[in-house]
Amino acid sequence: MSKAGKPSKKKSKAKAKEEKIKEAKPSVKEIVEKISEPYEVVSKVLSEVKDIPSEFVDEVRKKLINDYIFKNLTEDQLRSEALELKEKAMRVLKVVEPAKDILPEALYYELVNSLFKACQKYEVRDEELIIIRDDAIRTYLSSMVDPGEPVGTVAAQSIGEPGTQMTLRTFHFAGVRELNVTLGLPRLIELVDAKRVPDTPMMEIHLDEEHKYDKSKAVEIARKIEMTVLENVTSSADIDLTEMRLIITLDPEMLEDKGLTRDEIIKALAKGKTLAGRVHPSEDDPNVIYVDLPKNYNDVLKAQKFRDRLLKIKLKGVKGIKKVIPQERTDPETGRKYYVLITDGSNLEAVLKIEGINPSKVRTNSIHEIETILGIEAAREALIREIKNTLNEQGLDVDIRHVMLLADMMTRSGTVKQIGRHGVVGEKPSVLARAAFEVTVKNLFDASIRGEVDNMRGIAENVIIGQIAPIGTALVELKMNPAKIKSVIKEVERGE
Amino acid sequence: MVSKKVNVIEHELVPKHEVLSPEEAIKVLKELGVRPDQLPYLRASDPVAVAIGAKPGDIVRITRKSPTAGKIVVYRFVIAG
Repeated sequence: MSKAGKPSKKKSKAKAKEEKIKEAKPSVKEIVEKISEPYEVVSKVLSEVKDIPSEFVDEVRKKLINDYIFKNLTEDQLRSEALELKEKAMRVLKVVEPAKDILPEALYYELVNSLFKACQKYEVRDEELIIIRDDAIRTYLSSMVDPGEPVGTVAAQSIGEPGTQMTLRTFHFAGVRELNVTLGLPRLIELVDAKRVPDTPMMEIHLDEEHKYDKSKAVEIARKIEMTVLENVTSSADIDLTEMRLIITLDPEMLEDKGLTRDEIIKALAKGKTLAGRVHPSEDDPNVIYVDLPKNYNDVLKAQKFRDRLLKIKLKGVKGIKKVIPQERTDPETGRKYYVLITDGSNLEAVLKIEGINPSKVRTNSIHEIETILGIEAAREALIREIKNTLNEQGLDVDIRHVMLLADMMTRSGTVKQIGRHGVVGEKPSVLARAAFEVTVKNLFDASIRGEVDNMRGIAENVIIGQIAPIGTALVELKMNPAKIKSVIKEVERGE
Repeated sequence: MVSKKVNVIEHELVPKHEVLSPEEAIKVLKELGVRPDQLPYLRASDPVAVAIGAKPGDIVRITRKSPTAGKIVVYRFVIAG
């Protein structure tokens, strides 16, 4: 129905706009034709000039469209230009190809693309291309981490120092006015400690194509997800001991808001075994439900307990999701508006099963939930994202590689482990390193009972006994071969 | 509520996982110069391990999207549990 109504509205709006512009500028139709025309011409040319390397197709297309519009080239000229660009692209690829095995993917494409751009601007000879390529490879190799570099210590310092600048106890509103989200140091500690349930669990649910663009459809799904308990829709719940029943008065306004009716509530309540056959609608008042008390619940205290339990029964929605807020966003590419649901509370498993959402784009800030539902690799990815976001939020610029190393250590064993004595540090092989961290005496006692041996390979234990730690150049050990030395001395003596 | 089968592998957070054949696994271990138990672990009960049918003792190749390197390949050793 809404389909029939909408286009006409759009048309009339477009018409009004068209007329406004008409006097001075060409009509919308003309503009659209003018915009799509160069694209079509260039596409035709490109289909004739085949085999442009896939890395460059977009780049070439952009350039040709540009030339067609601003330089007014004919189709033949475009064709010759496309051929020329293709030849340049092939030349760059031929020279740079050997670097593909050495450079990481992202760097390789950056190099290829910038060389292609340079070739369009300047005359670059093959020998020069080779020099640039080799320079790029050399720079990459020399900036790699050296053997023996204490990356863990560097990462710890790099995250720790900016951490001291974080404001303690900040509650922020992360884009959503209605929700309070833990951020800053408390959130960072929570992540690093691998807390099972975050302080403020939250989800971001993206909808599928059908429900994404329409507010009413988004709200419909929001209602389906939001958990409603009996308490939310009742205005009063009284105990009637003479009749041995509870009198529950429903709030019609709330019913409307949550999209429920009395019959639906009775149905939902009667689902449970204990309540089956005990729930009756009142015949005089359309908003009243009677619930019979069990026979032995004949004193007030027991009846009250029964009532409290009854009020907590879930009528509909997803368990644990207290509030759902549809939020409007704009697609940065198309400029189209769409809706995203932000929730207070998190239940990844149940939300993924809801119809109408985009299951590949559901986010939660509960790392533990991600680990159990999506696996350890997803948890690693989420950890990196969350830590980086928390740091960025506070205006701290920490290189993502430090965060990656942290997440790698936390997920190494196949489960998310905290940093600390129950996790990463607690599993260090060295007794002294563990004792130096926390609970010194207990660690030493336990180690002596078990007869543990310390191999002195880490930093902490070597610092404790005053020995050079095997990091950096101290990692290298020299061994002498006396026989070889003797023969060398003899050679020297003979030679002189 | 209609219950729908959830495909874990399609989620944006989950990188590509694939089980290596024994020959490939040996080649990879030789290349890296490590024993299987020195690799990071992947539990056999991990949702993705279940989805791709990885058994304890397998080696899984994971192709991550990396913000610094574009694409990066890592390996995990499947353990029981």
